[in-house]
This record gives sequence, C-alpha cells and structure tokens, in this order.
Amino acid sequence: MVKGIEKYGIPVVHLATVVPISKTIGANRIIPAIGIPYPLGDPTQSDEDSYKIREKLVRRALKALQTPVSEQTVFEKDI
Amino acid sequence: MAKYKIVHYLNQFFGGIGGEDKADYEPEVREEKIGPGLAMAAALGEDYEIVATVICGDNYFGENLDLATDTIVEMVKKYEPDVFVAGPAFNAGRYGVACGTICKAVEERLGVPVLTGMYIENPGADMFKKDIITVSTGNSAATLRKSMPKIVNLVKKMATGEEILGPSIEGYLERGIRVNYFAEERGATRGMKMLIKKMAGEPFETDLPMPKFDRVPPAEPIKDIKTAKIAVVTSGGIVPQGNPDHIESSNATKFGFYTLEGMDRMSADDYMTIHGGYDRQFVLKDPNLVVPLDVLRELEKEGEFGSLLNYFGTTTGTGTATGSAAKFGDEIGKKFIEEGVDGVILTST
Repeated sequence: MVKGIEKYGIPVVHLATVVPISKTIGANRIIPAIGIPYPLGDPTQSDEDSYKIREKLVRRALKALQTPVSEQTVFEKDI
Repeated sequence: MAKYKIVHYLNQFFGGIGGEDKADYEPEVREEKIGPGLAMAAALGEDYEIVATVICGDNYFGENLDLATDTIVEMVKKYEPDVFVAGPAFNAGRYGVACGTICKAVEERLGVPVLTGMYIENPGADMFKKDIITVSTGNSAATLRKSMPKIVNLVKKMATGEEILGPSIEGYLERGIRVNYFAEERGATRGMKMLIKKMAGEPFETDLPMPKFDRVPPAEPIKDIKTAKIAVVTSGGIVPQGNPDHIESSNATKFGFYTLEGMDRMSADDYMTIHGGYDRQFVLKDPNLVVPLDVLRELEKEGEFGSLLNYFGTTTGTGTATGSAAKFGDEIGKKFIEEGVDGVILTST
C-alpha cells in the first residue's frame, strides 16, 4: 500500500512495528512503532503517558514527511 | 533418419539477415539450421533434426504482433515439430518478447512443447517465464555455449516426454510452480543445516524463497507543513462497529474509506478492529492506538499542519497478498491525488 500511494508522488511515512517487513516491502520513510497490538501508544502505562508516546510518534511522522530522503530511511529518533 | 523434428525461431540478427536496419523483416521459413541452430543440432545428435528455421525481424514482430503470430504459427504447423525452440534471446528485449509470444502461441494452438532462453532481466522473461520454460542465459550471445547444454537437455526431455525437474536443477527461470515431493530429511534437520551454513557464512538454499518486491523512489518531502493536507491509512483493520463492508480479518480483498468528520478521537463505541493477526484487546478499547486521531486533531488545532483529510483508508494487513495491497495502494493514491493530499501517515500493527 505504501508504494502504491507513494508512486503518485505523495510522501508516505510508515509507522510500523516490524521494521524489517517495512524495509522489505520498500517503504522509504519508516518509524518504528511501539508494539504489534498497540503500535501508537502503550496501554500498559497510564492514558496520559500512552498519549504522550503517540504524540511523539505522530510529531516525528510529520517531521519525516518534511525530510528529504534518497533511500530507505528509518527515523529512530526525534529529528 | 532423425526421430524427432524441431522448428527453430530466430530474429533477423541471429538469422543472418542483418542488424537494426533489417528489423522490419517479414517472417520467412528456411528449411535448414541457421546460427545458434547449428550448435544446437550438433549437440542434439543424429536422433534430432532442425527441419526448419523461421526468421522474423524484431520490429516487424513487435509492430504486427497478432499478424506475425498467426503467420508464424501457420509456418510452424506445416512441419509438425516435436519441439519448438525460440532464441535464445539473451538480453534483447524485443527479441525476448517475440520469443515468449510465439512460444506461447505455438504451445496453445498447436499443442507442441516449446522452449526459449533469456537473460533474467529481459522484459520478455518477466512476461513469459510463468507460461513457458525459459532457459536462464547470460546477457549476451557470448554465453550461448554455456546455455546450450541446458537447452539441449530440455529439448530431449520434451521430445521424449521425460519428466522435467525443478528450475534450479534444469537451469530455467523459476515459474512459481510448487511440486510436492518427499524430502529425505525432515524440516527440523534441513532448518538446522541451513542455520549452520548461514552462521558459517556459506551459501545455502532456502526451502521457501521470499517474493521480490519492487521499489518506488522516495517522494519529495512536504514543503509547507502549515498548509499541508495529511491523510491516515492503516493496515490494522480498524472499521466502523459491525464492519459494514465486510472487510476480511485475514487475506483482505478490499479496503474501506471511513469518516473522521466531526470526531476529536476514535471512539471505541463507533470503531473496532477486525484484524485477525494480533491480540485485539487494547485496540478494541482504544482505536487511537492504530488511527491516532486524538493526537492529529490536537496538532491540527495547534497549527502543526494544515488539515487532516476527513476520512481514513483501512484494510487488514495480515495474510494479505502483496498484489492485493498494491492494488489498494493504487486506488487510495489515486483518490488522494484528487483530494490534494500532501502526505500520508500509514500505520501497521
């Protein structure tokens, strides 16, 4: 799906729990997500903390969409 | 007297007619062996005879696909061959497509076993390797001598009806066909042996090669985030309660677009997940874990980006064929272009 959309020239950031799969399928902007049953957040923590984790990831995603990349790039840390 | 008859197909170049200037050469039959056919005949021995060679210019074939195919099939039919061989085409694209097209037509219409040869990156190989046996050759005619034993062996097997073994044994391009067989060693033993080889850095052959994936060059980044329209897509199986479009929980054949209009967050009363590949307990309680609407609305309010597209795209990623996923992506991409979307956040569980 990532490539199907990106081939129209729209940048796609893939928030994916299993980064090797994301790499294999060919996503160009990748952000490692938290866990398979909860990619954006952590329900084992408080609602507030879980929200903060999600906010951090979404902010990073918006940054990644503004970052030029020439090859597959994993955004491990905040930019 | 030879027992088995072969008809051979060549382009204008290998047929000795000429180069690009003769590429519009119309199909012609010669009752003799020519070019690569000489080497093939010598290697096949006296039980086999190349009774005719059809020569056709690559451009003529490409520009008159149907007519050329019909004409050549008629030419071949007359000789009632036991095997039809085209090429090999090495890395010549038009020639490869011609070889594949004519082989497929001869096999389908005349019921004659067919064989061609190409370099793996020949566009004709991608188009036809699943339909016909395509011997793997190098990228130039200099590799003819190396590929000839494979071609000859397969021609003999086809003529005599002997079983053709797997692609790595016979040296043809993989056709994506699985054949059941009894392995001598059980899976655990094979796995351990592979692992040991892998650890030692030695080459090993996997039982299950992974499909190869295409690449798309990275799109240009968003220039002005303050005015950018952002869209959300997920493979996490988030759907409205009751799953109105019956998206499958595994091996999905469709995707859905669902509204985000007037919503500050994903409510568990309205949305659920039907994904069959992960423990759904957390997401059923809070779908924002997959579609981060709460955060996106907050950031939209703060002016961190222009606006959020008022619906999201969704399907189930588990067990879903990459072909289906590519199709969903294409349809979603098309829609997003219409909507003027500038960037996409795609979440996967």
